[in-house]
Amino acid sequence: MRLIAENLGGERGGETVFSGIGFAIEKGQALVVTGPNGSGKSTLLRVIAGLLPKAEGDVRIEGGGETFPTIASACHYLGHLNAMKTALSVTENLRFWRDFNGDGPLGVEEALETVGLGGIGHLPFGYLSTGQRRRAAIAKLLVSHRPLWLLDEPTAGLDKASEARFAGLMAKHCAEGGIVVAATHLPLGIEGMELRMGETG
Amino acid sequence: MSGRTEGGAQAQASQIMLALFLRDIRLSIRAGGGALTGVIFFLAVIATIPFGVGPDLKLLARIGPAILWIGSLLACLLGLDRLFQADREDGSLDLLVLGNDRHILALTVLVKCLAHWAGSVLPLVVAAPLLGLFMNMEPLSIGATALTLLVGTPAITFIGAVGAAVAVALPRGGLLISVLVLPLTIPVLIFGVSASYGAVADPDPFLQPFLILAALTLFLAVLGPVAAALALRHGTD
Repeated sequence: MRLIAENLGGERGGETVFSGIGFAIEKGQALVVTGPNGSGKSTLLRVIAGLLPKAEGDVRIEGGGETFPTIASACHYLGHLNAMKTALSVTENLRFWRDFNGDGPLGVEEALETVGLGGIGHLPFGYLSTGQRRRAAIAKLLVSHRPLWLLDEPTAGLDKASEARFAGLMAKHCAEGGIVVAATHLPLGIEGMELRMGETG
Repeated sequence: MSGRTEGGAQAQASQIMLALFLRDIRLSIRAGGGALTGVIFFLAVIATIPFGVGPDLKLLARIGPAILWIGSLLACLLGLDRLFQADREDGSLDLLVLGNDRHILALTVLVKCLAHWAGSVLPLVVAAPLLGLFMNMEPLSIGATALTLLVGTPAITFIGAVGAAVAVALPRGGLLISVLVLPLTIPVLIFGVSASYGAVADPDPFLQPFLILAALTLFLAVLGPVAAALALRHGTD
């Protein structure tokens, strides 16, 4: 499986944010997208996911087979927002996404323990702190299987220990043949290619 | 063999949609959900009418079905703005849209509409017979009105879903949705009210308008979610 972008361009409100982006990521590799605020990191991820139309060029997935023919079907998108309901408990939220996206490598309880939230699944999501919410959203990546992870500032709000744990999760995902594309301005602690945005203009 | 896998996929799809349905029902019941708001608004509208119209019991009984229909139509519109906006604000909508390749977005929207109807509009239909007593309506008239509401209100939700999808990105889009949707719901109102009257006023037919009402609901159950899905698909930013 490969993720390929050719001469990709994106725009926001009719204004070009980036253009001429090209990369090819093999399975097991990670791409870290860095750059200052406003350089188009989030836009790039949304364009890759297909949530925003691409202004030019092409991005596609190859070798996904019948299960993952398109990027949308092959990806987990973790945006700025956690996509969890504050009125429901953490377990209810995760169980819903597991049902909706299909079964994954881990069960809900195991996933929560993996991100260090074991034993608080019964709490409403709204009661959690910012970092705990982010970790619960990361647990969402584990309850359903997708080969491609699109992560937008995944470690925002995480403490050092959680960051390290999450770096381990990303490394494990890559080792199992997955692809990670992460936009960040913090060091993520994973080996990978780097795409710097907003420099060539 | 392929038949079996197809059946399996269908069973899986229905499980997925059941999970979505249950989640939305839970959300409408939990704090901050719209289940009670609509009923209380409905109650407020109907309880005010006798004070405005005056104590003419015959007049109240005559306008009763129409007032119940108008009240529930307005109460239906009240909660519609949250249909997709709540999901958009916490990022769930992106993931629902991304699921399009696995299970068609229109189906997801249909299930969300059904959950919205069951969570926020069905309580109105249940409350309608009680509120019919406020309007001094005959038992038969109350029964007919409740039945037409049961059959007709899903159509309002399906039309409303289109408005909600178009206005999803707008802050305070609730008013815009009402303005967009209200003209389109007029046929539903007309046939609903005329069927309710047809049940009690003798020369008027009941069955014909009632069947047209049912047809409207079925037609909009297809058209509404497809249009709303299209709007959501192109509305992400």
